[in-house]
Amino acid sequence: MLTLGVLASIAGVAIALAIDWFPQSASTQAKKVDSLWDIVLVISVPIFILVLVVVLFCVWKFRQRPGEELKDGPPIHGNTQLEVVWTAIPALLLVGLCSYTFFVLDEIEQKDPDELVVNVTGEQFTWTFAYPSVRAGRKPLASSQLYLPKDRPIRFNVRTKDVLHDFWVPQFRMKIDAVPGITTQVRVTPDTVGRYPVVCAELCGVGHATMRQVAHVVEPGEFQRWVRSRQRPAGGAAAGGGGGQAAADGRAIFTGAAGCGGCHTLAAAGTSGQTGPNLDQVLKGEDKAFIRESIVNPGAKIAKGFGPNIMPENFGQTLTPQELNALVDYLSKETQG
Amino acid sequence: MTATSRLTGPGWYRALWMSLLGISFAFGIVTAIRALYGWDPVLDGNAVLTVALLATPLFFLVGLGGFDYWFYWASGRRTRPEDHSGHGAHSWRDYFRINTDHKVIGIQYTVTSFFFLLVGGLLAMLIRAELAAPGMQFVDPNTYNGLFSVHASILIFLFIIPVFAGIANYVLPLMIGAPDMAFPRLNALSYWLLPIGGTMMLISFFAPGGSFSTGWTAYAPLSTEVPVGQLFFTIGVQFAGASSVMTALNFLVTIITMRAPGMSFWRMPLLVWANFSTSLLVVIATPFVAASQFFLLLDRALSFGFFDAGKGGDVLMYQHVFWFYSHPAVYIMMLPGFGIISEILAVKARKPIFGYRMMAFSLLAIVVLGFTVWAHHMFVSGMQSWIRVPMMVTTAIIAVPTGIKIFSWLATLWRGVLRLDTPMLFALGFLTMFVLGGISGVMLAIIPIDIHVSDTYFIVAHIHYVLFGGSLLTIFAGVYYWFPKMTGRMYDERLGKIHFWLTFVGFNATFAPMHLLGVAGMPRRVADYAEQFAGWNMFISIASFGLGLSTLVFLYNMAASWRGGPRAPANPWRALTLEWQVSSPPPVFNFDAVPTVVGGPYEYGVPGAVHGVFKEGAEVPQPVGAAAGAVSARKE
Repeated sequence: MLTLGVLASIAGVAIALAIDWFPQSASTQAKKVDSLWDIVLVISVPIFILVLVVVLFCVWKFRQRPGEELKDGPPIHGNTQLEVVWTAIPALLLVGLCSYTFFVLDEIEQKDPDELVVNVTGEQFTWTFAYPSVRAGRKPLASSQLYLPKDRPIRFNVRTKDVLHDFWVPQFRMKIDAVPGITTQVRVTPDTVGRYPVVCAELCGVGHATMRQVAHVVEPGEFQRWVRSRQRPAGGAAAGGGGGQAAADGRAIFTGAAGCGGCHTLAAAGTSGQTGPNLDQVLKGEDKAFIRESIVNPGAKIAKGFGPNIMPENFGQTLTPQELNALVDYLSKETQG
Repeated sequence: MTATSRLTGPGWYRALWMSLLGISFAFGIVTAIRALYGWDPVLDGNAVLTVALLATPLFFLVGLGGFDYWFYWASGRRTRPEDHSGHGAHSWRDYFRINTDHKVIGIQYTVTSFFFLLVGGLLAMLIRAELAAPGMQFVDPNTYNGLFSVHASILIFLFIIPVFAGIANYVLPLMIGAPDMAFPRLNALSYWLLPIGGTMMLISFFAPGGSFSTGWTAYAPLSTEVPVGQLFFTIGVQFAGASSVMTALNFLVTIITMRAPGMSFWRMPLLVWANFSTSLLVVIATPFVAASQFFLLLDRALSFGFFDAGKGGDVLMYQHVFWFYSHPAVYIMMLPGFGIISEILAVKARKPIFGYRMMAFSLLAIVVLGFTVWAHHMFVSGMQSWIRVPMMVTTAIIAVPTGIKIFSWLATLWRGVLRLDTPMLFALGFLTMFVLGGISGVMLAIIPIDIHVSDTYFIVAHIHYVLFGGSLLTIFAGVYYWFPKMTGRMYDERLGKIHFWLTFVGFNATFAPMHLLGVAGMPRRVADYAEQFAGWNMFISIASFGLGLSTLVFLYNMAASWRGGPRAPANPWRALTLEWQVSSPPPVFNFDAVPTVVGGPYEYGVPGAVHGVFKEGAEVPQPVGAAAGAVSARKE
């Protein structure tokens, strides 16, 4: 049985390690969490296999056979040595594992003097990201999309305007709740360029499942370009009547940047969200002013059958004027037929 | 019986008009106060509903007769000697009345809990139907949030916790040689609080704005802002919790004061030890969940602002108070199962429990340690970060007493004569599946791993491996094991085995892939999810429908066997514990002669051993061999 147990354990560990558990790793923290996971698997899988093998072995070897209906087993009441062993060994294993974990935890939560601070604000049902060290006009640069320079340690200061939320990028492996009344922190050093989902992991109401944004990890140079493009005063484009240059794509904003499609159904964009009203119906016959107000100040007129405070109120801040114009034009065009 | 006495005597007629009186009372007092203070509007539906939810159940219980004896006594009249006319059940109608017989109450408890298992299971089927594909198909997000909230609340507060109380209610007094529980009237009252709490949670679906939708955790401040359906949880939990506390007190007093002569603590069966430990947990911990929900109620109804940061409230305090109950609650939902497994493994392996004293000590160790780990549910909550490390260590350490139990059960199997019938299959299924739940529990204690997987499907997988693979399999094992004693009939062994295999396979196919989904990044409590998770979710939904259908086999077996199964002998399992030494079902007052306990409960394989004898002063007079237990069953 011992040989069988050892072989099964090796096979079990091999299978457990072969499974591709995690999403792509995109931060220095993720690498450390992933290897800790492997260590935990190597310790714990054999324990399960041990129990399984003993149970199956007993079932095979000691099962009641015909004619043994009145037979009893030997009256073994216990064995102190054995009991000491199976108390001590797991205790030592667990204390060892906890000590090791303590060091890993310390490492992944290291502070760095060079860290870039990003203020994350959650609200039902969206995120806003602000960069206090970067000015845009008189205010800190704010965006509905999270842009992060690669290899720069980031400190997220997380807040919420209403209920609990949880700021999580699975590819970073780190998450923290956004708690009313306090500012919570989480540190991440992104190390792989890419586009990752920002997920709300704490139940926050009807739109919880759609509270998603995008985190872009980019090369430092590109991050600077993005910052400059956001800092450019918006007046120029607006004065030009939205003409020609960089005509933002309304459909892309609807489905991507602003995430409207997560909650709203719009046939033209192919979205089917049900958290908010169906735009094909409620915008029919409405003018652009109405559409604009409904985006910027959603509480002004609420569609029948929907409660207040469901739609985020920050689109006026997070969308640039060009984006807002493009979105209004797009919605007007698609819903007026 | 005259029409007047029908209306004034205890029973359903009086309960009905008293309930209506309760609703009018709520309506009257709220409207009167609002009119007095000149508040606008005078008629506030939510305020009336709040008071009605609190008052109506109490009026209903008074009507049903739950307080009759105490009122009589409290009014200073001469006490009525108990004539025990309420003991026993003569027809099915007796199960719908206040009854003080622990065996009737045990069946009331168990059957009611299983009704809620079916309801909770149906809600799970709806959840899985919606989750079968990404996007929204059958329900809107608000209804979906309600479905999983009611699913969890019903199965935790109305199934797992009370079904264990039900099984123990039936078996425990018999096991310790007592004629009944210590407080039979309190026992009846604690049962009747249960359907009230459950009904309240279920009818929340008809509340304006839908049912409560903040999960069974009801985290503030979301739970103070959502529509009025939330109150059905906030107040429903109070009734279920009060029921729990009363039953636990009853068990503690019964175990401490009503053991048969010779039944020392070290001769108690482990099920009794397990319920002793569980009751300690319930009595100490349950007031905390009551407090957390009372705070919510005060926040909602009277704007106290306990959890309103804008008024200086502390949002994290809700979670601390809630988990100070709800982590011990996991052990409240597991320890009685440990007891059931110890009974079954010893009898079915025909061997004494290996390391009996360590088994009892490890239960007590879990009780103590269980109170030191609550904040491991809060590693990403934003609480003071240093608290995480000691909570990680205690959480890991609690695996040690749990490990002792697992290894002792394995050693009990070793060299036994294993009878692989339905209760034993469920017990062995529990043994393997619970280890998986325990291992994922230790993984969750490891802070960096928890930071990634908390609030994901990994948590959903873990909790179902603990509460389904753990608790529910022990409940099935226990129900099959004591079915002959409770009903006097044998169940169908073949159907029982089919039920086991369908459940075991369906359970793993449903919940094992959830580990993968969670680590891969699928959050829990979402009605919609990213396209990349679609494949596994479809698989899980199909598997879960199979798992749901397997329950039909169980239901059919129970119903058909109860009606027309073969008559059960007193002791079909050749067990030594006292409940098997009386007829099936037992006499109205359990024992015609008071048993004397002369040895341990699990002396299988010891020639001539008996646990209890029924003749005054008799010293193990029975024939040698395995049949000793069975023979001592019949006095004379």
